[in-house]
Amino acid sequence: MSLVAAAQTPRLHLGALFEAIVDWMTANLGFFLDAIGLVVDQAVSYLAAFFAAPVIVVLAVIFGGFALAWRGWKVGLAAFVGSLALGYAAAAAHVAPQHVLALTFGIIGLALRGWAFGSFAFLAFLLIDAMGLWDPAMQTLALVLVASACAVALAVPLGIAAARYDVVSRVLRPVMDFMQTMPAFVYLIPAIFLWGVGTAPGAVATLIFAMAPGVRLTELGIRQVDPEVVEAGEAFGASPAKVLFRIQLPLALPTLMAGINQVIMLALSMVVIAGLVGAGGLGDSVYSAISRVQIGPGFEAGLAVVILAIYLDRLTAALTSRSAVVRAQAAAAR
Amino acid sequence: MPAAIRAEKLNKVFGDTRAVIDVSFEVQTGEVFVVMGLSGSGKSTLLRMLNGLLTPTSGTVYVDGVQLTGLKPRQLREIRKQKISMVFQHFALLPHRTVLENAAYGLEIRQVPKAERRARAYEALEMVGLSGWEDHLPTQLSGGMRQRVGLARALATGTNILLMDEAFSALDPLIRREMQDQLLELQARLAKTIVFITHDLNEAMRLGDRIAMMRDGRIVQIGTAEEILRNPANEYVAQFVQDVDRSRVLTAAAVMEEPVAVLDANAGVQQALRVMQERQVASAFVVSGDRRLVGVVRDEAVAEAVRNGADSLHRLMNPRDVVTVRPDTLVTNLLTPSAQSPVPLAVVTDDGRLRGVIPRVSLLAALGNGYHIEEVDAEEVTAEEVPS
Repeated sequence: MSLVAAAQTPRLHLGALFEAIVDWMTANLGFFLDAIGLVVDQAVSYLAAFFAAPVIVVLAVIFGGFALAWRGWKVGLAAFVGSLALGYAAAAAHVAPQHVLALTFGIIGLALRGWAFGSFAFLAFLLIDAMGLWDPAMQTLALVLVASACAVALAVPLGIAAARYDVVSRVLRPVMDFMQTMPAFVYLIPAIFLWGVGTAPGAVATLIFAMAPGVRLTELGIRQVDPEVVEAGEAFGASPAKVLFRIQLPLALPTLMAGINQVIMLALSMVVIAGLVGAGGLGDSVYSAISRVQIGPGFEAGLAVVILAIYLDRLTAALTSRSAVVRAQAAAAR
Repeated sequence: MPAAIRAEKLNKVFGDTRAVIDVSFEVQTGEVFVVMGLSGSGKSTLLRMLNGLLTPTSGTVYVDGVQLTGLKPRQLREIRKQKISMVFQHFALLPHRTVLENAAYGLEIRQVPKAERRARAYEALEMVGLSGWEDHLPTQLSGGMRQRVGLARALATGTNILLMDEAFSALDPLIRREMQDQLLELQARLAKTIVFITHDLNEAMRLGDRIAMMRDGRIVQIGTAEEILRNPANEYVAQFVQDVDRSRVLTAAAVMEEPVAVLDANAGVQQALRVMQERQVASAFVVSGDRRLVGVVRDEAVAEAVRNGADSLHRLMNPRDVVTVRPDTLVTNLLTPSAQSPVPLAVVTDDGRLRGVIPRVSLLAALGNGYHIEEVDAEEVTAEEVPS
């Protein structure tokens, strides 16, 4: 008998353990998991439906709201009435909803970055429509937005906790590393178990995969805030909540926004993979192109993903540069 | 009235370092109390225990008679809002808010209505000479101006106690000097209770009504600038005050001497000549019965009067000969009069009484070194002066 055979390491069934955990979750957390699945599913499908056929009143409310926050209630009201009128005019003239939406995306781009980006966005979204990928692209956009919103909603509080308590930070760091480096496909398997095939497992897998940079950069941003400024808040009698919301978060905002940007980009890369579990959207298109070895459709779906990525990336960057802290830095540089 | 701040046997331990050891002192209302020490001496830690930013490991702090130790965080915040403001070394302004919003920060925390907040912030900014800069961002201001915003933020709250943590240390020397002047000017008007932390002895001596010298977590001496200069408690303090510009700290009262030759206004010239010969001086001060200074006579004039058979001293006194200074005149302001006066300077109280005299020789001695201490390694002192 050779030494090699004698020294074999016993086989540890970690996989079985994990399976047991997932089984236990399915058996005992069913209601909770169903609720999550339902909410995510509904949110994505409503958003996707809205992107496919926008409700004019909702669009007008969104535009009016932005204008109100930006320039006060007069401009807000004008924007609301204007977009309402334009929307009904477009509907009466039988303008395709995707054209209205492409124009909307263009106007948002224009407002946040300027003419060049606005025109690019308008043309790029028209291109998506021209490639016949409007519905899957909007499905993907909806999935990305919902998954990112959930990821940010979880990541920011976790990041705040990690910045405040070293213990939380020490515990979270390896967990985040694990979540981010685990091959993305692996998440899909338990997700299917827990929610079955569809949008929910895709969204949840996306959420888990994309969350890490949100936590990390929130923590980093808050830890980078000048401790003397935080102390100043405390010295004047500010409560911990006021220090957090009036000092730490505003000053951490540029870093935090970089984190949100990362979350969105990771989510976008993941939703394509989530197409494998029937999350729909461009992931589906890519997946079916792969399985049928179709170069053309694969390229077109890929291009649509790129357009979405560029649009979302530049938009979050523009939001960052509009934050008060970044503007103050720019003012100092002048 | 209780002391504005009272510290009793304060100790603070971080891990295995004892940052503050057995520190006790009182700060009176309206006093500028300077805590002076090199970096690592525990002075910043001490300051942060006075408003509860740090909790003492043992010992007690009283602010206006209220014991801070053991208060709940909420009550502690209330004390900070109502009684204590703070000015920071690196200004600690909010970069994304305008000068006005920064100055109003303390009031915002107290939920003062917006209009009143703005009015009081405007007023505070005007006090520190920043009118017209309200809508700028801190990043657009120079260091000195930023610290004025920091000062305005503290003043706007209207608290009686001001904690200043190395407030001028990050500024260049000229600006620092300007800020010190401004603080003294404001203090003359507002009479706040100020605890000022610094590692710069000249600054301590200029600003402080009293100074606490700290070393390695302990207070080694508390006293006025003059007391510390003249009677350093130990070798360390003596070495430390070695380099200070004493001409700006010592006053006429500190360097004056008992007049050697004093004549009564009714004395005759013969008597005057005898006194001056006995005491071997070239001039004598003439005082009236209640020690009011009448004038000074000089030996040549007296000798000539004796030869001429005159008797009264009164006609011998040349009003231009006598130069009077007040007891609280700084030594630096004695130099020119002393150089121009042929006789010692006369130190005279407000009601005209002669307190003492300052011969040129003692002025020079005071500027050099009033007392003897061992050689100090100059390099060591400069190395230690690097700010934290």
